[in-house]
Amino acid sequence: MIEPLLPEPLLTVDGLTKRYGRRLACDGIGFTLDAGEVLAVVGESGSGKSTLLSLIAGEVTADAGTVSYRMRDGATRDLAALSVVDRRALMRTDWGFVRQDATQGLRMAVSAGGNVGERLMGVGDRHYGRIRATALDWLARVEIAPDRVDDPPTRFSGGMRQRLQIARNLVTAPRLVLMDEPTSGLDVSVQARLLDMIRGLVAELGLAVIIVTHDLAVARLLSHRVLVMRGGRVIETGLTDQVLDDPQAAYTQLLVSSVLAA
Amino acid sequence: MYVAVKGGEAAIDNAHRLLAEIRRGDPAVPDLTVAQIREQMRLLVDRVMTEGSLYDPDLAALALKQARGDVVEAVFLVRAYRTTLPRFGATEALDTGAMTLARRISATFKDLPGGQVLGPTFDYTHRLVDFALADGAVPEPAAEAEPEADAAACPRVTDLLGQAGLLEPSPPDDGAPVGDLTREPVDYPADRAVRLQGLARGDEGFILALGYSTQRGYGRTHPFVGEIRVGSVELDFTPEELGFPVSLGTVDMTECQMINQFHGHGAVPPQFTRGYGLVFGQGERKAMAMALVDRSLRAAELGEAVVVPAQDQEFVLAHCDSLQATGFVEHMKLPHYVDFQAELDLVRRLRAEHAARTAEPDEPTLREAAE
Amino acid sequence: MNAQVQIQVTASPGTGYNFAYLDEGTKRMIRRAILKAIAIPGYQVPFAAREMPMPYGWGTGGVQVTAAILGSSDVLKVIDQGADDTTNAVSIRRFFTATAGIATTTRTAEATVIQTRHRIPEAPLAEGQVLVYQVPIPEPLRFLEPRETETRQLHALAEYGLMHVKLYEDIARHGHIATTYAYPVEVAGRYVMDPSPTPKFDNPKMDDCPALQLFGAGREKRIYAIPPYTRVRSLDFEDHPFRVQSFDRPCALCGAEDVYLDEVVLDDAGGRMFVCSDTDHCETRRADGHTGEAA
Repeated sequence: MIEPLLPEPLLTVDGLTKRYGRRLACDGIGFTLDAGEVLAVVGESGSGKSTLLSLIAGEVTADAGTVSYRMRDGATRDLAALSVVDRRALMRTDWGFVRQDATQGLRMAVSAGGNVGERLMGVGDRHYGRIRATALDWLARVEIAPDRVDDPPTRFSGGMRQRLQIARNLVTAPRLVLMDEPTSGLDVSVQARLLDMIRGLVAELGLAVIIVTHDLAVARLLSHRVLVMRGGRVIETGLTDQVLDDPQAAYTQLLVSSVLAA
Repeated sequence: MYVAVKGGEAAIDNAHRLLAEIRRGDPAVPDLTVAQIREQMRLLVDRVMTEGSLYDPDLAALALKQARGDVVEAVFLVRAYRTTLPRFGATEALDTGAMTLARRISATFKDLPGGQVLGPTFDYTHRLVDFALADGAVPEPAAEAEPEADAAACPRVTDLLGQAGLLEPSPPDDGAPVGDLTREPVDYPADRAVRLQGLARGDEGFILALGYSTQRGYGRTHPFVGEIRVGSVELDFTPEELGFPVSLGTVDMTECQMINQFHGHGAVPPQFTRGYGLVFGQGERKAMAMALVDRSLRAAELGEAVVVPAQDQEFVLAHCDSLQATGFVEHMKLPHYVDFQAELDLVRRLRAEHAARTAEPDEPTLREAAE
Repeated sequence: MNAQVQIQVTASPGTGYNFAYLDEGTKRMIRRAILKAIAIPGYQVPFAAREMPMPYGWGTGGVQVTAAILGSSDVLKVIDQGADDTTNAVSIRRFFTATAGIATTTRTAEATVIQTRHRIPEAPLAEGQVLVYQVPIPEPLRFLEPRETETRQLHALAEYGLMHVKLYEDIARHGHIATTYAYPVEVAGRYVMDPSPTPKFDNPKMDDCPALQLFGAGREKRIYAIPPYTRVRSLDFEDHPFRVQSFDRPCALCGAEDVYLDEVVLDDAGGRMFVCSDTDHCETRRADGHTGEAA
């Protein structure tokens, strides 16, 4: 038997459409994502990129289109056809979602250790010492000092909160992580450190990532491929260097040049 | 020698006898009659009937007397009595359009078919204490009543707007059974009929504050008083063995229809939407507040974001009932020795552990295993 | 005219009310909820709680469950905080004496139905007995998630990770689980349940209990149950197993050692004594000749 050269993609998005009143937030979006691949979705605010992420995560119901995922057993399933139990289990284990607003991605009244440990307890780990050791290990990997393990994220800086969110999501070794503007609102130096850490973890763990950003520099640093959105549509897609160095669509050219000008 | 808290029975008996004596007050002052309460404290009686969900002015008046004028306690008596009443069925829907009007005002149209009827209202009275009342002044006779307003000539304002399509239509009667808050547990999300029942039974102060909050920006609905009408309505009931409706008599009601701005969405063009309030007797404040909150609770159905308390039906319905609220707040008076003992024990232990930790500063602070 | 009017009335002599206050139609509705609760141990069954002549929060749920199961030959015991003579226990016992005319007792062993608030009797319960708990907040996840629509989903999917997050936080902060009463349990390996605000000391008594345990929450309109001989496990961690409170002294009146004690303040100079919270247990022991240091 010859191994197929191209295994089935991890994620297949096809014809995703969402309408809010008369406005089309997403209009027939389609793409595939391979295991270990990082895709950046770029565009201005209102372009539909955050809606796209919510649709993929199943938090918003699509008017049309499908999201299919290659499960750990190798079978590719339409997520909408999964039972609620299976979908929630998938989201808790094999997927992660890092939010722009850390207060929505963390339990702000629960300690850092509890935040990281929640997913483990959610999948049935009932050994406090082990949960805590794993939490400490993950805090170290995202460069949070061990003596902060019992502090709630309310006492953390913006950058620390994002790093904690990442640890909380990665603790169950997911294969796909969705990130919604994870660095926006942070100081430039904090951004750089966070991006560097994300890049390291993604490479080390072989994560597939869909990262939504308005910042082309983020896309260039992290992603293999770029998808440019405007008005709910994909107007250009391709390898990151190709799209950013030689944009074809006039709108992409404008985006790229405005970055250069800035 | 320690004596356990004995004698509960005697204490309860004595407390009840004392209550009865205090309730009566100074025996030199004539006893208050139920008829006096019913006639002269009518708005209070109306409120007790509304929140007690039982239309019986004499019973409500008696409950107020027994409760020493405490509204929530009177509502409680009426509700507990209501539990024991047999149920014969549901009446036909009230036709408030055919109401015999004592009062009818609209804030949306200066003039309208049937006109505005001011009726008995505190509005425009100057709130000056009338000391003559203390001396039992006999009021001068009311002005000669206007000719009885012809119901057919006083259509509901919402019907007038509805004809032009400017106001969302009332949902048609689909014949489906209407839920009953008192016979089935609320299943969230609750439909509008159940929500309206909850609001009608809800505490006037709570509903008023919630309605007020929507006006102050916690979920604005841009309301207008389409119409408030107060009067008596015929109550019809169809007994199974007859198969046709017969009149059971009339009930006094206050109805408020709020008209709220709405921008439309998708296939729905911009139009006005409704908020509805209905209470027993004369209770305009409650009916208006109820209509405001009803409209706010329709947020999800109208595609609006649910962000403020008045839009959150679990919050509103779970907390608007004065009996549930007062029962749970006041149950804190009951003994909690056992739970408190458990907490006392814990706090002592935690303090001892804290003292032990601070006494040994060299020890690492993370010593869970040392429990 | 219709079924509701033809309901047989089992009048309680001299009160003008039906036997045990509730009409037979309402009792049947409550019994259906109880049967469902027994069939799905630990699951909160919604029921149409009625407005009772005592306030919400004062045992209306327990009273409705008791009213629905009482028969004329039942012997009722009512305790509050373990004691038969606390005012609310007296009040509820009187209510049933007046409306049902049934026999009452303070002896745990003699009772067929025991209504309780915050305690499980010390004397072991037997087959054929029913323990009816008064429940203020039936939802064990309520203080972690206030929304009914969400908690219902968490139960349906058996997603109880959040409950363990709370226990984790306890241990991280205090070194041990700091929940002392209303300590959550898992019933029959499936539903996580609030045992009502009983001290966790009583949790082990719920496990494999020969008596039927019924829980009524009137204000929240829920009934749930633990059938006889059902596995009831208090939530914990493998390395921080569930443990009950222990007292470092016996009851000052009867000398009992393995019981839950109430602390009684004797004077304003720090004088205290510890006595059985279960008054019947204490009296029975003393009648049998046991004495404590203060007796």
